[in-house]
Amino acid sequence: MIEIENVRKSFGPLEVLKGINLTVAKGEVLTVIGGSGSGKSTLLTCINGLEPIDSGRILVDGVEVHAKTTDLNKLRRKIGIVFQQWNAFPHLTVLENVMLAQVKVLKRSKADAEAEAVKQLNHVGLGEKLKVYPSRLSGGQQQRMAIARALAMSPDYMLFDEVTSALDPQLVGEVLDTLRMLASEGMTMICVTHEMKFAREVSDRVAFFHKGVMAEIAAPDQLFGAPKDPELQKFLAATH
Amino acid sequence: MFDTALTANDLVFLAKGAGMTLLVTASSVFFGTILGILFGVIRYQIGPWWATPMTLVLDVFRSIPLLIQLVLANAFITTVLGLRISGFAVACGVLSLYTAAYCAEIVRGGIEAVPQTLRRAARSLGMTWGQDMTYVVLPLATRVALPSWIGLALGVMKDSALVYIVQVVELLKSTQILITRLQEPLFLLMICGLFYFLISFPIARFGGYLEKRWSND
Amino acid sequence: MFNYNFRWNQALSSLPQMLEGALVTIEIAVLSMAIGITVAILLTLFRLSGSRPLSAIATTWVEIARNTPALFQIYMVHFGLGGFGIHLSPYLSLLIGIAFNNAGYLTENFRGALKAIPETQTRAARSLGMSPIQAFQNVILPQMLRISFLPMTNQMVWAILMTSLGAVVAMNTDLYGVTSELNARTFRTFELFAIAAVIFYVITKAITLSARLLAARLFRY
Repeated sequence: MIEIENVRKSFGPLEVLKGINLTVAKGEVLTVIGGSGSGKSTLLTCINGLEPIDSGRILVDGVEVHAKTTDLNKLRRKIGIVFQQWNAFPHLTVLENVMLAQVKVLKRSKADAEAEAVKQLNHVGLGEKLKVYPSRLSGGQQQRMAIARALAMSPDYMLFDEVTSALDPQLVGEVLDTLRMLASEGMTMICVTHEMKFAREVSDRVAFFHKGVMAEIAAPDQLFGAPKDPELQKFLAATH
Repeated sequence: MFDTALTANDLVFLAKGAGMTLLVTASSVFFGTILGILFGVIRYQIGPWWATPMTLVLDVFRSIPLLIQLVLANAFITTVLGLRISGFAVACGVLSLYTAAYCAEIVRGGIEAVPQTLRRAARSLGMTWGQDMTYVVLPLATRVALPSWIGLALGVMKDSALVYIVQVVELLKSTQILITRLQEPLFLLMICGLFYFLISFPIARFGGYLEKRWSND
Repeated sequence: MFNYNFRWNQALSSLPQMLEGALVTIEIAVLSMAIGITVAILLTLFRLSGSRPLSAIATTWVEIARNTPALFQIYMVHFGLGGFGIHLSPYLSLLIGIAFNNAGYLTENFRGALKAIPETQTRAARSLGMSPIQAFQNVILPQMLRISFLPMTNQMVWAILMTSLGAVVAMNTDLYGVTSELNARTFRTFELFAIAAVIFYVITKAITLSARLLAARLFRY
């Protein structure tokens, strides 16, 4: 379970998170929508400790992310995150990309790591590309590799930060299909996305962020069908 | 404060050495740059294929130790040709050619960095090749080339320490002579090093500043 | 004017000795590069550490190495340390002097290379749970070395050429030193140094060429 309690964060004079309260239960799929600068991506990078917070707490399975005593490296094994830019390691093959952290962080044997890597790469549909270097893959393929790389760490939670926004339109579908598959398998997911149709189909709940505040959170049918917050109404009108 | 046997005369001796360093550097950079600009423009104009022999020759200067170039030049002129020539002339001659070799590359790179579109626009307005070169290429190429040229000039100053081999008494040699006599190696070397550093460091920083400033345009 | 009798045969008979000297030259260059690269990686880590004293050490090293003559640096090692009572052999002084110089220039090269690596690479590695050192070692360092390959090759060529500076510390087993000694005995200055020049040229060209071949094979992605 991820618990976000009254989290505030500023970048210099700009406050990007203004007291966020949110709980994500195990197995839940939460999508986060909102305009740029609404703070949604920042929230994700705070959950895995990449960004510090100014006040409040974030707890992952009871462990406070930003406590001084927390071993962040250990915590990050539980939380997989995939960014807008897939950040493939260019000097390693696809297979090596997915194996690296398993060996170095989880201390799995090369054989185990390879087996798991092959499994996850097949899972996302890249089974034919194991020995290829990322530069030879399309954006969509690299993004799926990034997802496999995060999954290979056997995380409990997966965070997706606008993972389709940097892709050519025809490649978006394959990545969304991968996400749909993960959701149906019961992975706990928080997805920041602009893909409204996807959000509506896949989520258990949808949260709408506006200017650093979580303005509304509800089941998709209710949020899209009968939005209460005026900003949300404006947002949905603009994006339809 | 410092317990040293260094006398005022010794300091004058060192100053003379420093002056020689600067003289050799300035002369070589001056002549080398003029030659380098010439070679660079020629090389650019006649294209990579025709310029290959020139490139090969210039490349030789960068593949042989400067010390050997100095010794060879000196030996060639004095013993093979039998001419009498001062070490200073040999030093400046060799360093100038050495500078020219690097400078030609810098100049060529600078010219190539000027977009063809700008030059075509200038010619279309009726400018001659000379005018195009002077008013369009020169200012723009200089922006690209200047930081590298500054680095080259500073490099020549550092390499000037090698001209002791043709009996030119520059700063480092002067320092060594004093060390042999006074036996205070650390102190004297500090002074010597400080001289190079105090000239090179600010100029290098300035070059870096120019590079940053002009790359944003 | 051309009264000079070229005695090429006499000079060429010394070729075996000069080639042995060339081996020593290559040995010194290779060792100085190995030391230089190691130290440069260390200094790069100092700079990345965020610690002010460590950064200062790195910056001081780099600025001294790049703003003073290599000859001065070799002098400092040999005669400067001599002032402290530490007397190193010519070989060691030359090696350490060149290594010091290499480390300074290479650290600067690495800094440029690091700028070309997106910050997001570190972020991705850390997100996978890697510690800062693991992230540097497995993700950043390999990329940094690949980007720096060409500058490192140039530095290697410099190192070869810098071995000739051993002249000031009476180094007599490297190519320049051997040539110098032969010259002192036979006075065939032009011929001897011309041959030495050719050997240097061949060595530097061989290095540049093999580096290019190596790069083509290693960096196939």
